[in-house]
Amino acid sequence: MNVVVAKTDTGRVLSDIFAFARDRLPGAGQVAEIRRQAFEAYERAGLPHRRIEDWKYTDLRVLMREVLPLAARPDAPALTRAAAALKLHAIEGVRRLVLVDGVFAPKLSEIGRLEQGLSIRTLRDALEAGDAGLQAQLFAPDGSNPMVALNSAMMTDGLVIEVADGAVLTRPVHIVHIASGAAPSAMFTRSLLRIGKAAGATLVESYIAADGAKAYQAHDLLVLSIGDNARLDQVRLIEDGRDAFNISSSLVTLGAHAHLNIFAMTSGSYVSRYQATIVFAGENSRVETNGVNLLNGRQHADSTLFVDHAVPNCASREIFRAVLDDRAHSVFQGRIVVRPKAQKTDAKMMTRALLLSDEAEADNKPELEIFADDVTCGHGATTGALDESLLFYLRARGLSEKEAQALLIQAFVGEAIESVANDGLRELVISAARRWLEARG
Amino acid sequence: MPLLEIKDLCVQVDDREILHGLSLTVNKGEVHAIMGPNGSGKSTLSHVIAGKPGYEVTGGEILFEGEDLLEMSPDERSAKGVFLAFQYPVEIPGVATMTFLRTALNAQRKARGESEFSTPDFLKKVRAVAASLNIPQDMLRRGVNVGFSGGEKKRNEILQMALFEPSLCILDEMDSGLDIDALRVAADGVNALRSPDRAMVVITHYQRLLNYIVPDFVHVMSKGRVVKSGGKELALELEASGYTQFEDAA
Repeated sequence: MNVVVAKTDTGRVLSDIFAFARDRLPGAGQVAEIRRQAFEAYERAGLPHRRIEDWKYTDLRVLMREVLPLAARPDAPALTRAAAALKLHAIEGVRRLVLVDGVFAPKLSEIGRLEQGLSIRTLRDALEAGDAGLQAQLFAPDGSNPMVALNSAMMTDGLVIEVADGAVLTRPVHIVHIASGAAPSAMFTRSLLRIGKAAGATLVESYIAADGAKAYQAHDLLVLSIGDNARLDQVRLIEDGRDAFNISSSLVTLGAHAHLNIFAMTSGSYVSRYQATIVFAGENSRVETNGVNLLNGRQHADSTLFVDHAVPNCASREIFRAVLDDRAHSVFQGRIVVRPKAQKTDAKMMTRALLLSDEAEADNKPELEIFADDVTCGHGATTGALDESLLFYLRARGLSEKEAQALLIQAFVGEAIESVANDGLRELVISAARRWLEARG
Repeated sequence: MPLLEIKDLCVQVDDREILHGLSLTVNKGEVHAIMGPNGSGKSTLSHVIAGKPGYEVTGGEILFEGEDLLEMSPDERSAKGVFLAFQYPVEIPGVATMTFLRTALNAQRKARGESEFSTPDFLKKVRAVAASLNIPQDMLRRGVNVGFSGGEKKRNEILQMALFEPSLCILDEMDSGLDIDALRVAADGVNALRSPDRAMVVITHYQRLLNYIVPDFVHVMSKGRVVKSGGKELALELEASGYTQFEDAA
């Protein structure tokens, strides 16, 4: 019998990554078994490539080539570098929870004096405690997606946050992912946010690099469960290092009369993929997703959304904007499924790309699968350059070419940023956008 | 030295010559009206002075305070004191008028090596000018020209003119799309800015505007050149006889 050992292009034996990491992966018994199976599933599929329809525009075999070994546990100097990076991204009035190189950093986080109805644990503790119900939820995301399977096998830490029925948090919770390692490596995190009935919360996720972090891979997954009559406002900011990879997956389930507002902005990382599945499980719920990609150089950012209208009377809005310079590449894939019973569904998606260079590329792939007859569904896409007549007007008023472009770009993304309800968070988003614009020179 | 000196200017658009050797001299303190039928090249002239892309200058020169204006980018011209009030001011959704005004004013000041305006000083200045032009405060918070009426757009141009204090103002068909009341308000705004340190070039198809902004000199353009120049009475003459005689002459 021939035994084929899966190897990456660079010759690293893939299964070694799992074998070497195994004693650092929390959870024994059932969890360890799930991890083993997940790793086998990943090994069979390998990194997704362009011949898999869902990954057509984002061929990880070409772009990523291999999964790097697990990042080392952060030592004291790493934590010091992380603390310095954190200062640049600090926001007032939030509860900050920090993961450094895939490991929860209590000294950089605020876990004391929890508001009434809020509970926070680390993923490590949750997996080791052996709570079967919680574990079922943590492992709910679709393991047939190889990057989800890999995350299931390798996740080291994350946060498990629960908001009790009726509790409305006034302070946003800010999860900050920081890469600090000088040696190229991968980190795997998974978090869960469960919002009870008639509860409310604001979640911010930032992905950043500490000084000196090199060509790392951030693999993250978030499970969101939003109860009946609950509301979640979510802000995602990808500001990873320019040679980094960010692979984020998300599984969202909404109850009845629930409301989710997502704002996601990618201005960092070399290659990023955000793949979210949003499932309406209760009627009369609403989801708004606003995405902004600000890319230049050879950056590649892929947002792949799957909205599952499984029940009637729900509404979804997806609005994606991309500003692309140089040879940047933005991908939006939006799949909307309206199940046979999901009458009165109102689902729309729209993408708008602003191309600042002839070599930039925007790919949009809408997929509507509608099995109910009384629904409103639509999609649209526009792609274009900055309006010459607007540029001339601004330049005739004294703005340089770069200043005029910057003002029009700000206006283009400004409408999306307006969707962020919290003043402090909107400022955070605006300053991230400004950093990108200023870096253009 | 004249403020603006145009000598034998030839301009092409898409290989078609629009201006064929146009000359014009404007000194500080003067108001010049340029009249002419549609297609005579009036708007082309205003665009070339402001530096709009898409026009190819194939001959002649434009000197502004003795410097070669054609060598300057549109923003450099603006900082030097050239201001074009657009015939059709563009709408810029998402850029608040106030933000736009401050960004533009400070960009011009920076280019001249002057200090930027502080926020309170800037607001005070804008509010005073806006009030004199009957521009309500809420218009300043809206996107630039978004949802503005024709009259409001033109008043917004004059507001900028008052704020930026240019030495050369070019008013391109300021009267187009305005009713008589809106025209009067706009003209009053322009007249308030007449000064010995500033020149104006008023481009118009109709004599009507010149009842409100009375020029020192009137030039008639036809087929890409100035075919006749005179005092303000020339405008009245044109009103009576029309442009046909000049079209034949050219």
